[in-house]
Amino acid sequence: MYRILRQIARTGIVSETPPRPDEAYRLLSARLRAEVLRSFAGALSIRHVDAGSCNGCELEIHATSNPVYNLEGLGIRFVASPRHADMLLVTGPVSRNMETALRRTYDATPAPRLVVAIGDCGCTGGIFGESYASAGRVSKVIPVDVAVPGCPPTPVQIIQGILTAIEVRAAS
Amino acid sequence: MKIDILVPEFEPVPGAVIAWRAEVDAATWRLSAHQVWEHGGRLIALWAADTGRSPSVHLALVFAGRLLWLSLPVKGPEPEYPDLSDLFPAAARMQRAVFDLVGIRARGDLVDKRRWLRHGAWPVSEFPLRRGFDAGRRFDPVADDYAFVRVAGDGVHEIAVGPVHAGAIEPGHFRFSVVGERVLRLEERLGYAHKGIEKRFETLGVHDGYRLAGRVSGDSTVAYAWAYSMAAEAAAGLTPPPRALWLRALWLERERIANHLGDLGHIGNDAGLGFALAQFSRLKEDWLRSNQYAFGHRYLMDRVLPGGAAVDLADDAMMRMRDDIVRVRGEIARLRVIFDEHPGLQDRLVGTGRVTRELGERLGMTGLAARASGMPLDLRSSFPCAPYDALQPRMVVHEGGDVAARTALRFDEVIESLQCCGRILDGMPEGNIATLYPTPEEGAVGIGWVEGWRGDILIALETGSNGALRRVHPHDPSWRNWPVLEHAIIGNIVPDFPLINKSFNLSYSGQDL
Ligand code: SF4
Repeated sequence: MYRILRQIARTGIVSETPPRPDEAYRLLSARLRAEVLRSFAGALSIRHVDAGSCNGCELEIHATSNPVYNLEGLGIRFVASPRHADMLLVTGPVSRNMETALRRTYDATPAPRLVVAIGDCGCTGGIFGESYASAGRVSKVIPVDVAVPGCPPTPVQIIQGILTAIEVRAAS
Repeated sequence: MKIDILVPEFEPVPGAVIAWRAEVDAATWRLSAHQVWEHGGRLIALWAADTGRSPSVHLALVFAGRLLWLSLPVKGPEPEYPDLSDLFPAAARMQRAVFDLVGIRARGDLVDKRRWLRHGAWPVSEFPLRRGFDAGRRFDPVADDYAFVRVAGDGVHEIAVGPVHAGAIEPGHFRFSVVGERVLRLEERLGYAHKGIEKRFETLGVHDGYRLAGRVSGDSTVAYAWAYSMAAEAAAGLTPPPRALWLRALWLERERIANHLGDLGHIGNDAGLGFALAQFSRLKEDWLRSNQYAFGHRYLMDRVLPGGAAVDLADDAMMRMRDDIVRVRGEIARLRVIFDEHPGLQDRLVGTGRVTRELGERLGMTGLAARASGMPLDLRSSFPCAPYDALQPRMVVHEGGDVAARTALRFDEVIESLQCCGRILDGMPEGNIATLYPTPEEGAVGIGWVEGWRGDILIALETGSNGALRRVHPHDPSWRNWPVLEHAIIGNIVPDFPLINKSFNLSYSGQDL
């Protein structure tokens, strides 16, 4: 225990200031924003769905939870069931073998729900494109609010995408 | 040339790793595999292609210190070849994938005829890797009822998880048969991430296929891009400049360290020590930032390409690379003491998910997991290509075969790879980092074989006309280790599955293709 405490003290606080939302990522305008804010009550639950990625995007999604980006510190956490989720974070081109599972997960997520597509693959189908085995971008299968490009997008870009999806502009 | 007791005449396929290739008939296919099996040889990969006059099945084996490549042309409306899964259990899923993609059936009494990669996306009458198949075709989904093996008995019940999982991991389905909390049997069903990678390769040129190769399994992007480039260079008869090879080795070791750091954090976390995840993920983050700083990409994607390397190591980046080594070595030593002295943690790791050496050898286990079960398999030592012949990394082997051994192995390999990085920085030759990649001749073949952090990655490649790719088969070590995981969980409790699974950390995308 002593060694653990000493290591924690030695490490100190490494978290950085979180990034700002980026409007460039928004696809659907003002979708259910008011309800979203009401229902999230300051805490957002995310369910991740890998719909056929190369697993590169997963590495960066993991990284958002490390002490440097500290996603949980923003009141955002990953949950184990779509029924507890406010948002789906979807990676990959949607493989045809995952199409049904992705639709079912979306249907199981209570409305109002947000969908953020992650990575070049999630945005366009990426390098895998569309084929007998790949349905291509996420929005071909379920409605997408925000799409974050990059191969893979950095943790900062992923967090920006999440914040963009939940941000309500002061003006509206 | 004859090789040992084997019947066929083998021809060398030149390249950084020399493969010995022979075209065989069905009887020799079976006989050779049997002889290799009998004398302790190993199966690396089995795949099929439809590139020549007729489709063919291919087999990569290791025997008598050589990499062998057998090719068996098959004919007729319902082509077949002899089953090898009774000798090499790992062949079973590869043979199922061969049928799903190319429509060639393994013939034998014990052949598992269930589909593997196909699911419901295309009908049983269609074979995507047949020559005339139009990759853009879209089929109406067919019913996806899959016959899992049922375990009957008093008090036995089933738990089904996936394909979407609780954590941020890849898609796959696990069917547990349990009594109380004990697992009697686990059956995996994979293929959910199948996105048509092999067909996609056919639309690319040899010179640019490295980008797709580097996305077969993103966590091993350097290893894949290197294996691909090695195969492409073999096909073109090209040797990259020495500095490029040393840069590749630096990146490969940095990829190994990054993944091991990540896994150590997750293993600690899954065993109840959240502190480990915070510490190791912070170390990994710093490590990735150095990659970004020095080479322009956190995971080093697209840095290795046919002909050499895409970026060089600048002087200030050299300093940062050296600092990284010193810092991580110190931190790892401290964290290791904490792991070793933590009774609660050790209690979860020791004896959990044990795979004996005997079982591992029978199932054909490979890579990191094999070394943790006492199997001395590491291409960097047993098939060293430049610069590993000069670097001579020490192979780390542990005997325990449990989660504790796979954890300790990662600690040791991080230290060993850090040392290796130091030697690379000291010995980095001067000169160009790339030679122009020429257009290879039509019908040229090449093999690439690289020890990634998870295990050995093999890529076999054949060129088409005007520098096109005719066939690329990328082969992930996970093909051989997924079946081992089914055994590793037997007798353990269900709540330990995430921990055992994480200690293997196999690729879904890499085997689903
Ligand atoms: S965007 Fe890039 S990293 Fe993400 S899944 Fe696609 S290929 Fe992999």
